[in-house]
Amino acid sequence: MEVKYNKIAPKDIDYLKTIVDEGDILVGKEISEDFGKDELGTVKGNPDVMLYVKSTEEVAKIMKYANEHHFPVVVRGSGTGLVGACVPLFGGIIINTSKMNHILELDESNLTLTVEPGVLLMEIYDYVEQKGYFYAPDPGEKSATIGGNISTNAGGMRAVKYGVTRDWVRAIEVVLPNGDVEWFGRKVVKDSTGYALKHLIIGSEGTLGIITKAILKLEPKPVESISLLVPFASEQAGLDAVPEIIKAKVAPTAIEFFERNTILFAEEFLGKKFPDTKSNSYILLTFEGKNKDELKFNYQIAADICLNKLGATDVFIVDTDERKEAVWKARGAFLEAIKASTTMMDECDVVVPRSEIANYIKFTYDLAKKYEIRIPSFGHAGDGNLHIYICKDDYDLATFNEKLHQIFDEMYKKAKEVGGLVSGEHGIGYAKKTYMKELLGDSQIKLMQGIKEVFDPNHILNPGKVID
Amino acid sequence: MNIVVCIKQVPASSDVKIDPVTGVLIRDGNNTKMNPYDLYGIETALRIKEQTGATVKTITMGPPPAKSVLEEAIWMGCDEGLLISDRKFGGADVVATAYTISQGIKKLGDFDLIICGKQTTDGDTAQVGAEMAEYLGIPHVAYVEKVLEIKNKSIVVRASMDKTIETFEVEFPCLLTIDKGHVTPRLPSYKRGKEFKDVQIPMITFQDVIDQDETHYGLKGSPTQVERMFPPTRNTDKVVLSGNMSEQVQQLTDILKDKKYI
Repeated sequence: MEVKYNKIAPKDIDYLKTIVDEGDILVGKEISEDFGKDELGTVKGNPDVMLYVKSTEEVAKIMKYANEHHFPVVVRGSGTGLVGACVPLFGGIIINTSKMNHILELDESNLTLTVEPGVLLMEIYDYVEQKGYFYAPDPGEKSATIGGNISTNAGGMRAVKYGVTRDWVRAIEVVLPNGDVEWFGRKVVKDSTGYALKHLIIGSEGTLGIITKAILKLEPKPVESISLLVPFASEQAGLDAVPEIIKAKVAPTAIEFFERNTILFAEEFLGKKFPDTKSNSYILLTFEGKNKDELKFNYQIAADICLNKLGATDVFIVDTDERKEAVWKARGAFLEAIKASTTMMDECDVVVPRSEIANYIKFTYDLAKKYEIRIPSFGHAGDGNLHIYICKDDYDLATFNEKLHQIFDEMYKKAKEVGGLVSGEHGIGYAKKTYMKELLGDSQIKLMQGIKEVFDPNHILNPGKVID
Repeated sequence: MNIVVCIKQVPASSDVKIDPVTGVLIRDGNNTKMNPYDLYGIETALRIKEQTGATVKTITMGPPPAKSVLEEAIWMGCDEGLLISDRKFGGADVVATAYTISQGIKKLGDFDLIICGKQTTDGDTAQVGAEMAEYLGIPHVAYVEKVLEIKNKSIVVRASMDKTIETFEVEFPCLLTIDKGHVTPRLPSYKRGKEFKDVQIPMITFQDVIDQDETHYGLKGSPTQVERMFPPTRNTDKVVLSGNMSEQVQQLTDILKDKKYI
């Protein structure tokens, strides 16, 4: 949709200065170019003004003013997104939530944690785990903000057992585009009260409202955990094992798949050796339990299945803090490591039914051969969501872009064929819009457009993202 | 070639409790692990085994549940384990501990190389290895971070000392204490564990050791007395460099030199 936005004038800057603290407003060239992109890097925009907000009231005032004057507004947390969702395509205002970073309340009777949107994921883990609680969503990027996580409905490694961010949000305080402040959801376990507006905001990537507080669900921290690193002689054997492990009723918390090459990149990137690199592919399983016996019971069943039925060449035990760090630190660095291994890359985070994951990854191996390009992948095999990277390496930009376009077309077409979706956890943002439209079809896109129209009739919030 | 690796079971977390009256560490038998430095010792031994076909035996002193670290060592690739356990050995300081283990090692037969972790994470003294070498009358090198070459009669190693990095060649039999180095210890193999599940770990007690003088062991054989024990303080100190650019660069260079990175 074509919308004309007004240009921010000096008088507008003067007004915005009255809303936030001195030093919390940056104008034009004062804003580092880093704020014109996210981790994807290829989608870029130039904000006119960036405001570091510290309260809901400040956000509300900014939105009211922007709405009245037709200025585009983009919300930004840590900027760790991978689809260009926080890039100000039309210039205008960036609302930066990184200073709204307070943990407001731990409610032990209701098992909830109330936070501001700029609190980092790693700060949440540190805080709740020290007190014996557990916030399950576990995306790889721990320096992301919780606001960003909710906005993309981030998933992560424990989704196999515990679900995604959406399942761990009890309520959110949202500033609507007109400046009104609403609580969607409450500090309650059940909710059958009308349309699930909370769930519309979650995953809407800053296009419907701005999250200014969130009440997260907590659980008591599982006492014991162990991971199994299971090597396979071939990629194929590793992938084929995944659905069998799911069928085995042993309820792992995470099932991650990765290839040997990815580990080698991580070793180089971290300057640290992985405990084993002799096999071509690996599955990493994690189990949690109330005590060591329960844990042992479950992991032994899984280990025996891997060895006796699925052709694993061994099963390595990852039990102590040191061993967990050696393995999981590498796992956490895979994205950065692949990035460092090439000149440029683009990513695909399709999600397919878990039964299809092995075939889907084999399909990407075929694509790599067909287009003579490197397509490494790793990730959450257990929930059907692998991250697939198309690496530019030595190709010139034009050739790479052409190949990329064709590969993406084929990949999303295949995802549609096998009953998958465009994005498992990174979102649509700017980069995946056309693929989503293609996969979901006009009718669903129209419903989404209608929802956008109701929340944001002037289209000032994050224009050009998710849907047009 | 025969290698003996000395290992120890330690509390799994540094969040340990100290008995305020006796000053003794309250050991939670359920929450233990192998001393992290020993993992590097085992890895070093297993790499020598891969290169030379050496036999790797492990030895530990502790209460009977300490047997589990010997089993873990077998899961990692070691060949045998020996547990030294007796109430008479309890309460040993570094001297008595080093003496007792050296007595135990004599029961394991001929050896060419003894490997210890640099230190344990519970006692933190880094003295037992060196003292054992003295009791056994063999040379030792501490803080070894890499084995450079294994020759017929000697071994060449690189050690990271306080301010320097030094290379040593020592003749067998000798003892090395291993620092965390450039390797990552391998993980225990469930498959190997199953293959060796029927292997019994032998245990020796006071009556099995050659020296039968009780005053050489345990509390009686310990010249040092612990006055006070306390959990390690958590160190989250940060260094912030200040001054102009060239001053900061100089400070950073000094730090990197001090840490032997440059």
